[in-house]
Amino acid sequence: MLAIKLAFKNLLGAGLRTWLNVIVLSFAFVLIIFYNGMIDGWNRQARNDTQNWEIGSGQFWHPAYDRFDPYTIAESNAVISKDIQDLIDDDKLTPVLIRQATLYPQGRLQSVLIKGVDPNQKVLELPTADIQNSQNKYAAIIGKQMAKSTKLNVGDKVLMRWRDKNGTFDAHEIEIVSIFKCDVPTVDNGNIYLDIKTLQDMTTLQDQATMLVAHREYENTKLEGWEHKNLGFLLAEFDKIIESKKGSGLILQSILLILAMLAIFDTQVLSIFRRQKEIGTYIALGLTRAKVVGIFTVEGAAHSILAAIVGAIYGVPLFIYLSKNGIYYGTSAQDAGMNIPMAETLYPYYSVGLVITSIIIVVVAATIVSYLPARKISKMKPTQALKGKIQ
Amino acid sequence: MDIIKITDLVKKFPVGNGHFTALNQISLTFGEGEFAGFVGPSGSGKTTLLNIIGSLDTPTEGNAIVLDKSISELSHKQSAKLRNQHIGFIFQTYNLLPVYTVYENVEFALLLQNLSGSVRKKAVLEALEWVGLTDKIKSKPAQLSGGESQRVAIARAMVKKPKIVLADEPTANLDSKNSHNILQTMLKLNEELKTTFIFATHDEKVMKYLKRKISLADGKVVGDEMI
Repeated sequence: MLAIKLAFKNLLGAGLRTWLNVIVLSFAFVLIIFYNGMIDGWNRQARNDTQNWEIGSGQFWHPAYDRFDPYTIAESNAVISKDIQDLIDDDKLTPVLIRQATLYPQGRLQSVLIKGVDPNQKVLELPTADIQNSQNKYAAIIGKQMAKSTKLNVGDKVLMRWRDKNGTFDAHEIEIVSIFKCDVPTVDNGNIYLDIKTLQDMTTLQDQATMLVAHREYENTKLEGWEHKNLGFLLAEFDKIIESKKGSGLILQSILLILAMLAIFDTQVLSIFRRQKEIGTYIALGLTRAKVVGIFTVEGAAHSILAAIVGAIYGVPLFIYLSKNGIYYGTSAQDAGMNIPMAETLYPYYSVGLVITSIIIVVVAATIVSYLPARKISKMKPTQALKGKIQ
Repeated sequence: MDIIKITDLVKKFPVGNGHFTALNQISLTFGEGEFAGFVGPSGSGKTTLLNIIGSLDTPTEGNAIVLDKSISELSHKQSAKLRNQHIGFIFQTYNLLPVYTVYENVEFALLLQNLSGSVRKKAVLEALEWVGLTDKIKSKPAQLSGGESQRVAIARAMVKKPKIVLADEPTANLDSKNSHNILQTMLKLNEELKTTFIFATHDEKVMKYLKRKISLADGKVVGDEMI
């Protein structure tokens, strides 16, 4: 307690030198928390969006289905059993039938995935009810990016060609009845959503589906004849992106931290060099050398505590503002041509854990760089220190 | 009863490949309530001897027993405890802690003794009263004159009512008037509290006040007279 009291007293007594270090360190604090908050916010937002729009609490795939191998699609469908149909009727699952097709917008040719979805489903946020609202059996909904790339608008009709289960080509005009905005590119890009019954008729795959998407509250992971894919598997690609972003962020944060620590280290070295007489006086008054080392170490480390307080003064209002209003980028990642789930407005997420972890990292680092030069005190001769002689 | 007993004390400092003998075969004793001083020219070993008595340094040979404790055998922790509880220091350059107020500088010695706030306050105000500085308790050392600073240093040394006060050239930076004031204060405390004062000085003004004068030359005692 005494060391802490004395350290803070000395620190505050040092005036401008202390506050310069504290301000530099507070920038490091705020920027570290800001950056990690951005990544965490993006992570949460993207996971949430992906779950709401595409994967729910997990998916049950036909065993032959491989999302990265289009050749598996033709064979990846099975009949929905009565038990599963009951779960679908209870809104615990929703079936999706996936087939490949070719679209001919304005005479161009474009490969697409047709996804047959239940218009009444309540598992995903896809506006499937729009399909039902149309009188056209071939009513389809598409995402904003898909509409942009195909130059299709609501009410447009476009020719689509597909194969039925026997491989026979068939074609028909579909009508775009709704264009939805979704920040998950795998839901939007290259996808056309039709009523599953229509797609089953088109492909003669009656009562069949490629996958079943589980409601966010549905926790069962076993369905006979279907392979469960959990969130870890389904979000693995996105997790890798987050990891790489965190990795690159770590370099920036380390540079910031090193700069702040250099300032503290420099101050400590200068302090011990200039305050030898004071060190000698402490020892003469009865402090042990270990206690004097402790005072100087706490003094250096206390920079980080003051920096946390100073950082909180301007950081907390800033973080609250950003987490409420978000950071508007003016364009979504998809608009910018990036195939990652990211909204136009990113809402950073500042968790207690993030703040505490950041504080611990900075305090520990500051303590270490404060202790290193302070160790020299333990080797000082008090008689020389009292004279202020450089040792 | 002797509170300091120095026997055949030798102190050598390494210089290049050899060594310099700062103190050579010193044998002295001090009793309770003495007002003594080491006098002699620069380099005679006054400060070195004072530092050894204050357990800031250790003898190379011989023995220094202070309050029944052999300085050579004390650990860092034990010598710190001895200084904190029983020895007060007064330095030529005052050595006040610059960021603390007068009150806090005086209180500092008591903080290490785990005394309650009210006990500390009473002791600090009493010590400041001895030196006549109760009106300066909130001042910082930079706001004090040399004489006032040295009086704060005396209060800091005396606040814990130590058995021994070691004063190294306490008047060297003071004018004649302040020197006399300081010495009268110390003499008064010596008489009232029976504290043993040992000075290291070559200042004639100090010598006039000493009751025992120990002359040192080239690290040896060349005179020891009661006045």
